Amino acid sequence: MVWTLVLRGLVVGAVAGLLAGAFAFVIGEPRVQDAIDIEEAASAHASLIPVIPAHISDWVVSRDEQRFGLFLATGLYGLAVGGVFGVLFATLRGRGRARTDYELAVRLAGALFLALVLVPFLKYPANPPAVGNPDTIGDRTAYYLVLLVGSALAMLAAARVAWAVPDGAVPWKRPLLAGGTFVVLVAVLMLALPAVHEIPADFPAQLIWEFRLSSLGTQAVLWTVLGVGYGIASYRAAQPRVAAQRA
Amino acid sequence: MDPISAQQPIPVRQLLPALLVTTLLALLVYLVQFDQGALSQSGTFLHELMHDGRHLLGVPCH
Repeated sequence: MVWTLVLRGLVVGAVAGLLAGAFAFVIGEPRVQDAIDIEEAASAHASLIPVIPAHISDWVVSRDEQRFGLFLATGLYGLAVGGVFGVLFATLRGRGRARTDYELAVRLAGALFLALVLVPFLKYPANPPAVGNPDTIGDRTAYYLVLLVGSALAMLAAARVAWAVPDGAVPWKRPLLAGGTFVVLVAVLMLALPAVHEIPADFPAQLIWEFRLSSLGTQAVLWTVLGVGYGIASYRAAQPRVAAQRA
Repeated sequence: MDPISAQQPIPVRQLLPALLVTTLLALLVYLVQFDQGALSQSGTFLHELMHDGRHLLGVPCH
C-alpha cells in the first residue's frame, strides 16, 4: 500500500515536473535569456580589466544545453517532490479531515504549494540571472531555507489546529483558527528574517516582474498537476475495487 | 459505499521504510537546487546544466 502511493507520487511528480518545464521553457526562458544578455553586455563593457570571470560568462555548458537542462531540473525536482508527496499522502490518509483520496491530494498539494513555494517567494522572490550578489549567496540560501522550513512547521501547526476543531463547530471556526495560526507564525518569521535588496538600480523592473511571474507560474503548474493528477490517479485506482465489491 | 470507510490509516510501522525514500528524494532535491559538484562529483557540470531550471524554480542564485 505504502509503495503504491509513493510510486504514484513519483510518476505523477515526474509528469508534473516535465509539464512545469514546458511552461518554464515557453514563458520563462525568454526572460532568462534577456537577463543573460544584460549581464553579458555589462561584463563585455568591463572586460578591459582582466577580472575573474563571473559564473555565467565562462560556462562549459552551452546555452542550448542549459535549455535542455531546464527539463532535467524540473523533471528531477518533480520526481523528488512527487515521491515526498506520496509519503505524506500515505501518512495523512485516514488521519486528517479529508474524506476522499481526491480531496486529500488536492488539499495537500495546495497546502504544500502555499508553505513551500508561495511563502518563501513572498519574502525572497526568484530572481533572473545577473541580479543576485555572488558574495551573499550563502547567506541568502540560508535565509531562504530557514523561511521554507519555518513555513512548513507553521503549516503543520495550522493543520493540527484545524484537526482539533470538532466537526460540529460553526463553519468559520476551523478556517479562521487554522488560517490565523499560519499567518501569525509566518508573519513573525518573515519579520525576524533579514531583508535582501540586491537588484541593481539600472536593471529593468519589467523584466524582474515578468521573470518572477513566470517562476511562480512554473511552480504553480507543477503543484497543480501534482495535486489534481495524484487525486485523479487515486480515484481511478479505487474504481475497480468498488466495482468488484458491488458485483 | 461511504468513502471514509475505505480510509484506514496506514500503521506507522509500515510507513517507516518510506522515510528512507524521503531522505533519498531530499538528496535529489539538494542535487537539483544547491549542489555544485560536492555530491555529484561532476565538477559544476550538473550545476551549470540545470542553471535555468534553478532560476525558474525560484531557488536563490547569483
